[in-house]
Amino acid sequence: MHELSLCRSIYGIVDRARGDRPVEVVHLQIGQLRQVVPQTLAYCWDVITAETPLAGSRLDVDHVPVVLDCACGARTTVGEELVLTCAACDGADVTLRTGEELMVTAVDLTATVPAGSGDAISRDG
Amino acid sequence: MGRFHRHADGTVHEHGDHSAYATGPERVTVLERIFGENDVAAEANRAAFDAHGIRCINVMSSPGAGKTAVLAHTLRYLQQRGVRTGVVEGDIETSLDADRLAGLGAQVSLLNTGAGFGGECHLDAPMVARAVSALDLDTLDLVIVENVGNLVCPAEFDVGAHDSVMVYAITEGEDKPLKYPVMFRAVGVVLVNKMDLLPHLDFDLDLFLRNLARVNPAARVHQVSARTGAGLDDWHAWLVRDRVADGG
Repeated sequence: MHELSLCRSIYGIVDRARGDRPVEVVHLQIGQLRQVVPQTLAYCWDVITAETPLAGSRLDVDHVPVVLDCACGARTTVGEELVLTCAACDGADVTLRTGEELMVTAVDLTATVPAGSGDAISRDG
Repeated sequence: MGRFHRHADGTVHEHGDHSAYATGPERVTVLERIFGENDVAAEANRAAFDAHGIRCINVMSSPGAGKTAVLAHTLRYLQQRGVRTGVVEGDIETSLDADRLAGLGAQVSLLNTGAGFGGECHLDAPMVARAVSALDLDTLDLVIVENVGNLVCPAEFDVGAHDSVMVYAITEGEDKPLKYPVMFRAVGVVLVNKMDLLPHLDFDLDLFLRNLARVNPAARVHQVSARTGAGLDDWHAWLVRDRVADGG
């Protein structure tokens, strides 16, 4: 349940980034090695944001696979099972290229219309 | 007449259909690491330890692997060696582990994570900072953080330790390094505990060590038994090696 801690940290970052504007979507990049359970993360986000200005916003997660570069020169994209050895030579002398990401990349804010120009500026035909 | 609206930044766009919403969402780039704050706090903890010449060790395991039992031996040894030790004891609800370590000469600071939101399954750097503030760093040589028993979450959080150690019980089976690679990669030392049970189990030690080497070839392994005390000497020698070198 590090998802709860994750959501608390995400909340802090998003709340600073949004100014005083409503948030629709929070875009995250999460590497496979972070062992985050997407459904748990979404549930924790709802719990953390309930009755806050971020209530109703949702998380959009870009799941980044684990990619290894081996000393033998081969590159391995790791599957669902986290086996961290080279697919070509079975060696363990590998460097993680991706898979450890844990980042808020962007937020989608509900655009605000300048005061006093709300409906007046939308002129249909 | 076109359909257009003005954004907060002053730009005006035309849209084909304006009936559903007043304006579209605006994407703001953030690019902030989610554990950035924790990592800043962890560096502050490490700097505080360094300023006092203290080595800090983060001990992790699954529940029941024997962290507290190993630590009881280790604190006895450190007490005999005159190594002044502080323990940050992470426990979700109770003081049971802290009680087991009482009377062994160490300063113990208990951290009930249940006081947080939902009973945390790990210690993070700000929590450790709070616990450390209850220790008198001027009088310590070593701080041992006994993390919450869990093979997933504690691996994610840098608490400001210099080394991370895992206590692993052979009753947990040979496959765990492959199932929890993040934890097994996060540590420099693995204490393979409950070795006294080896004759009674179907545990394949060589297979476990091969699996460990697949995810963390550099890990230092000590085969120990907290029940009999076997194998703990090497672990203790490693733990105080810097002190020995310092003559401290």
